[in-house]
Formats: sequence, structure tokens, C-alpha cells
Amino acid sequence: MKRHLPLGLLVLAIIGVQLLTRATDTAFYLTPLTMTAYYSLVIVGLCLLMGYAGQISLGHAGFFAIGGYLSAMLTTKNLVPFKDNSLISLCDELGLLVHGQDMFGSAFTHVQPWAACGCAILVTIVVAYAIGIPVLKLKGHYLAMATLGFGIIVYRLALAFPLFGEADGISDVPGFPLLPGLSVSGDFSSRVSNYYLAWGMVALAMWLLVNLIHSRVGRALKAIHGAEGAANATGINTARYKLNTFVISAVLASVAGIFLTHYNGGIGPSEAGIMKSVRYVAIVAIGGMANLWGALTMGALLNIMSLRGMFGSYDDAVFGAILIVIMLFAPQGLLGISLSATFKRILRRGE
Amino acid sequence: MLLEIKNLSRRFGGLQAVSDASFSVRQGMIKAVIGPNGAGKTTLFNLISGTLLPSSGAIHFKGQPIHGLPPYRIARLGMARTYQNIKLYPGMTALENVMVGRHCRSRAGFISGMLSLPWTKKEENASRAAALELLALLDIADLAEVEATSLAFGQQRAVEFARALAMEPELLLLDEPAAGLNIYETAEVARLITKINEQGITVLLVEHDMSLVMDISHEIVVLSFGEKIAEGTPSEIQHNKEVIRIYLGEDDA
Amino acid sequence: MTLELFSQYLLAGVTYGIIYAIVGIGFNIIYNTTGIINFAQGEFVMLGGMIAISMHQWLPLPLAIVAAVLLVMLIGALVEILFIRWLDRPSVLRMIIITIGISILVREAALHIWGEGVRSLPYFVGNEITTVRIMGARVSPQVLWVIGVCTVMVLALSLFFKYTLQGKKMQACAANRVAATLCGISTKNMVTLSFMLSAGIGALAGCVMSPITYSQYDIGTGLAIKGFTVAILGGLGSSMAAVAAGLLLGLIESFSVSVVPLAFQDAISISLLLAILFLRPHGLFGNKDAADLKEF
Repeated sequence: MKRHLPLGLLVLAIIGVQLLTRATDTAFYLTPLTMTAYYSLVIVGLCLLMGYAGQISLGHAGFFAIGGYLSAMLTTKNLVPFKDNSLISLCDELGLLVHGQDMFGSAFTHVQPWAACGCAILVTIVVAYAIGIPVLKLKGHYLAMATLGFGIIVYRLALAFPLFGEADGISDVPGFPLLPGLSVSGDFSSRVSNYYLAWGMVALAMWLLVNLIHSRVGRALKAIHGAEGAANATGINTARYKLNTFVISAVLASVAGIFLTHYNGGIGPSEAGIMKSVRYVAIVAIGGMANLWGALTMGALLNIMSLRGMFGSYDDAVFGAILIVIMLFAPQGLLGISLSATFKRILRRGE
Repeated sequence: MLLEIKNLSRRFGGLQAVSDASFSVRQGMIKAVIGPNGAGKTTLFNLISGTLLPSSGAIHFKGQPIHGLPPYRIARLGMARTYQNIKLYPGMTALENVMVGRHCRSRAGFISGMLSLPWTKKEENASRAAALELLALLDIADLAEVEATSLAFGQQRAVEFARALAMEPELLLLDEPAAGLNIYETAEVARLITKINEQGITVLLVEHDMSLVMDISHEIVVLSFGEKIAEGTPSEIQHNKEVIRIYLGEDDA
Repeated sequence: MTLELFSQYLLAGVTYGIIYAIVGIGFNIIYNTTGIINFAQGEFVMLGGMIAISMHQWLPLPLAIVAAVLLVMLIGALVEILFIRWLDRPSVLRMIIITIGISILVREAALHIWGEGVRSLPYFVGNEITTVRIMGARVSPQVLWVIGVCTVMVLALSLFFKYTLQGKKMQACAANRVAATLCGISTKNMVTLSFMLSAGIGALAGCVMSPITYSQYDIGTGLAIKGFTVAILGGLGSSMAAVAAGLLLGLIESFSVSVVPLAFQDAISISLLLAILFLRPHGLFGNKDAADLKEF
């Protein structure tokens, strides 16, 4: 029961913030808040990988970009010129394509967003396994460089292919109609529902991950982090556990990429950049590495500040400085020590 | 034969750490491996538990070849081990450390763990109960919630012991279980090993403390520079000229 | 492929290759004394070029370069003293994150000082249209400057490590830090020295390459990745092997242009890095048993 208390607080905070913006007539805050929610998905996934399984990834923006770019490309690419292709017509028969007209009235056929989303997640899983199997055999500097290398390759490919819009990225991405009446898009009218959708996904992810770290698997991950050799000799398939964790965190990043791209109506190469990956790592570090709630709190705080432009042109520098200061003076993270201790004290009093 | 080692060798560059060693361990016995420093005892353990791959030779456990298998597969077959320089998981309590030992006796995976299904909760409670029971057996139940790596040396050793027992092994490898312990604690360890053995767990141990080895083991293997030079009951070993020569030195007479 | 084109690619490959080798050696020098991979290595190269360009407003070119190299060495020493020296056996993860943070800060500082624009030092001899003919190819004399200066640096470094007391002390630290301390060597000062040295060679490389490859605030990361590839290819810690590996990478990159589009050039060298990490993490020339003993 104890572990569900923060989850309850999160739900209350989500509702509270929305009511607050409504009461103070500051609904424009909902847009950065919604974007923050999606970035938080990446961060909590990376926190599981770095803090619990102990594997650094400097390439998580790559997975975010794979999700975002693929769903953007599939839902914006006009397939009319390819309608005679057997694969395309098969997709059409399966109902995976949407037929419409573009703004000039000519025929416009693109992949249905659900199909695009499924395809993007599938590709992410395949790539994460393909990269994860060799990469996770590496440790320390090698692992860091290899994941960094993966991130740069994704970035370079996004820049190199006209299909992905090169330096301009992809724009005019349509909304993603999830359910009747609920569509992931930046439409003014659906701002509140999108806010709740995004933070609902964060709450769901937190519920799943908190359960996971308190389970047999979570214990095994912590054991791998602490003493990999001994964990293996205790019967833990360390390679598989690291790999599964890597894939889970990659999928979370990819889902975040897909949803944020539909929400923003586009994606650019900066989302795939190294600085994004480093930023995710910085937030996990400042949250205290093995601290999902710390990562979520600090991630939400810093992303909101960054999206509201509070750091001005020093945005990246702020994250660089945070990294150094935290790692020099508080490798346990800012909230790592104080917050969890406070929580425990409160809980103990409650018992 | 529970464990059979045939012509096992391991080289590190030019160093022959284990060379053509053969011996076997019968079900239900306590067998000790002794030898001077650098005799290759710990290397031997690392080879048996799968941490190192042999350069040549074969290891059979329960009639099945295990050389080349990764450590976790060997552990799942029913082999647990402790380390000379204790390897506990930092950042976890003593109880959690022992519960990790229950890993191969439980099965909740990623999906059921995330969803926290009812049966996984039941399994979790069973693991906790089993771990607490083992901590009680080792007289450290009151330390269950203390971070394992902050415990005193002897207590850490007990936690590691409990973790190995939590795996319900058929064969327990103990790497110098009495290292760093005083004479009373050593006697306690001897009592404990005998007790575990009486419950049907076969024990293979590496040890420096001669009195411990002679007291509790049924058979002894002597290694020197990676080679087996003698094997037999404690009394046979005590009277073996070669062994005496190695331990007392050639010129001492 | 015509002989002329071949020579063109060859010289371009050697030019870039030797620059990568210098960055790779920079990694090795710091790695050997500390066990740290300094992710900010590429920033030293960037700083060298940028500072020299600014200095050249007031100073003649040779003096500007000397001043830039000295200044970057000072920065290298400061980085070590401020961020690394006083840490008590930090974990690898912590050091990775700290040096990444340093590289971001340096890069952002450069962005704010010099802006996003591309700059360059003037050609040491002649100008952008001056060429010399080598093996049928027309190349800028600056190419010879790059190759020449970097070669001299490599030779000077190997002499330094072989024949000077400081060099030997640094090698002693690399071989066994505890034993070196027991011999009365101040390992902490050796670490500072190694940061200065690798900052200095990076900065000098940054100066000589500036006229042909240009300097920009964000060139550091790409150079760092390639330098690291080179360091790994050569077997981490081995400087002479890094030269061979650097030339190899430079040639692969330059000849790959004839097969795949330029946009994929980086992807190729990074794929090579990944392939090496997966298949031969101890390097092309390294020894596996020895590599297993290293701490990563």
C-alpha cells in the first residue's frame, strides 16, 4: 500500500494543477505541461535503466526520434503515387490507410495513425534488441560511447534522408484519434483532454514501473547494478534482464516521441540530438539515479522551466552545469537523500 | 557422483592456474580443497561456478556437462556459492539480499511484475517468509532491514551464506567461509556447515583453516600450483608425505 | 579511379587521420594516468582553433598559436584541478557524466563568446587558392602543415615518454599508480600534467587544421567520437597504435566518399566504432588478456 501513496499524490497534483490553471485563467500553461509529461515518460524509462539496472544510455533521444519520426513520416507521406504497389494496396485492404484531400484539393493518402504508431513501436523494439544485444555486453566508458554513437547515427540519418525532412524535420503531422472524442493534437479545443491524456500515461507508466522495481525483477535489477557477477551466480540471467530493461525504456521513449510528435504536429532533428540524450541523463542524475519519483519531480520541474524559456539561451548550459554540480557534490541526487527520507518519516508516523 | 571434474586446466597468459585437475564430489559429503596461497583454489571455484571458462577439461554436475554454461544456468541447476571477498548487493537490505537468492525458486517476470498480479504478491510473500526463516537460522533476523553492506564482516558473511541457502542448492561452494573470523566464529561456522550438510546439501569448500577442514570434511583434495597432489580422508591427508612437504617446506625436517 | 583522384583521397584521408590520431592520443594520455575517458577531449581542439583566431586580431600568427596552446593547456589544468583532482575514487559513471558536463559547458561558453558562425585561421602559407602538386593531386600547402605538425607532435611525445623524467613518471603512473606514489611520484600532479599535455596537443591540432577544416563551437563532439574510435581501434592506452588507427579511419572515411553520400560519412565512422566495440573491444592491435585486466 505504502508505495501507492506517491501515486495518489501524483494524481491529485495532476488534477490540482489543471484546476489551478483554470481558476487563474492561465490555461496556456497546459501546453508546456503536456509536453513535459511526454518528456517525463522518457525520463522515468531511462531512470529504470540507469538507476536500477545500472546501464547508462547516452542515446535515448534516438529512440524518441525513431518513434516520432516514423509516425510522422508514415502519417504525412502521400502514398497516392504508390497506390499500385502491391504492399500499399494490401495495407489499403486491411484498412491501414486513410484517404483524404490535401489543402489544394488533390488526393492524399497516408497511413492510419494507429498503424503508424504500431509500426513505430515495432521498429523501436527491433532496433532496441538489435542494438541492445551487443551494446549491453559493454561496460562503463564503452557502453557510454556505444550508446552515444547510436544516438548520433539516428541524428545523422534524420538529417540525411529527404524522407525525414533533413534539417527542417517533418511538419503538418495530423492528430492521432485515439478514441472517439479524444485525439492527440495541439488543437486549442482539446488542450485539457490532451493534458489529462499525457499525464494519465505518466501515471500509468509510474504505476507499472513502481510495481516492477518492487517485484522479483526489480530486486534482480538492483542486484545486477550492485554486483553483476554475483547476481549471475545467483541464477539471474543478467544479459536478458538488462536487455529487457533496455527495450522497455526504449519503448517508453518511442511512445513519448510518437505522442509528442502528434501533439506538436511535427518533429525536428534537434529532438534526436545528443544534447537531448544528455539532458535526459542529467535529469535522471539530479533525481538521484535509482529514484523514479525524484526523476519524475526534477524532470517535470526542469522541463517546464526550460519549455517556458526561463533559461533563455543558456538552456543547454544549465543542464551541463546541473550535471557537473550534482555529480561533484551530490551523486545521490538532489532529492535522493532528503525527499525519500522525509517520505519514510511521514509514512512511519502514519503507521 | 554429484560433481565430476576431469582433467580441468586454466591458463592466464603464461600462468597455469589450474592444471589437469581431476576429482569428484559424492552426494551428501563435505569435501574440502586445500593448498598454499596461489594454488588455484579460487580459480577452481570460478571454473566450477561458470565465472571462468576452462582452457580444457570437463565439469559434470548431476551427470550433465556444465563447462561452457553461463553462471546463471549452473546456479539454476542447483549450485550456489559464496565468495572469499564477500559480494553482497549494495543499496539493498540484508533481507532483500537473501530474497535475491530466491530468484531461481520464483518466476514473476517483467509483465507480471509490472502489473503486480495477485499470484506474484503471493509468491513475493513466500519469498520473504523463506528469506526471514534463513536469517533466523543464522541468528541475524534482527538485521533484516539493515543495509547489507553496512553490516559487520561476520554478519555480512552470514547474509551471503543465507543468500546461497535461499537458492535451495544441492551443491554449496564455500570459498574460505572462515576467513577473517575469530576462533569462536570459526567454530560456529563449522557447526553451521555440518548442520547444512545434515539437511542433505553437499558442500565443497576451499579453506585455509586446517582445524576447520580436518574437523568437518569427509574428504580433502590438495592443490599445489594448480595441480592435484593428493586426495583422501583427513587422516590420510595428514599423513601424506607430499602434503607435509608442501606445507612445511622441503628443507624443513 | 584516376591516379589524381586517388592521391586526392589519400592525402585527405591522411590529413584527417592524423588529426583523429592526435585526439585519440589525447584520450590515451589522460586514460593512462587516470583511467578516465575525457569526453571533453574534442573541446580542447575546438578551443585551440577559436582562441588562436581571436588572438590573431592582435598578435602575429605564430604568437597567436603559441598563446592559444598555452591558454588551452591552462584550461586543461583548471578542468582537472576544479573537477577531478579532489574526487576520491569516483565511479566510472560519475566521471563520464562529469566530463560530459564539462564538454557541454565549454561548448556553450564558446557559443556565447564566438557565436554560431564558422571561423578559420588564415592559411599559414599563401591563401585558399595556393596549391602544390603531390602525386598528381593539387592540394593546399596547409595539408602539409597539418601532416607535418602532427607528425612532429607524435614524435616529440614518444621522445618525451621515453627519455624525459616527467615522461617516465607519467608512464609509471600509468603502469601502477600505487607503486608510483610509493616511489615518491606525485600522481596528482602527473594527472594535472596529463590534462595539460592532452589539452595542448589538441589545441595545436585545432590551430593547424583550422584553415582547411574551419573552427566552430560544436566541432568537439564529432572529433571526440572519432578520436575515441581511434583510441579503441588502437587498443585503449597505446599511443603509437592510435596513429595507425587514426590513419586507417581517416582513409576509410575519405575513400568512403566515393561510394556513399557525404551525409553518411559520420554514420560510417560511428558504425565502425560500434563494430569494433562489439567484435574486438581490445582493439585491432591490442591484446585481449591484457584488456580484460583493465578497468572500464
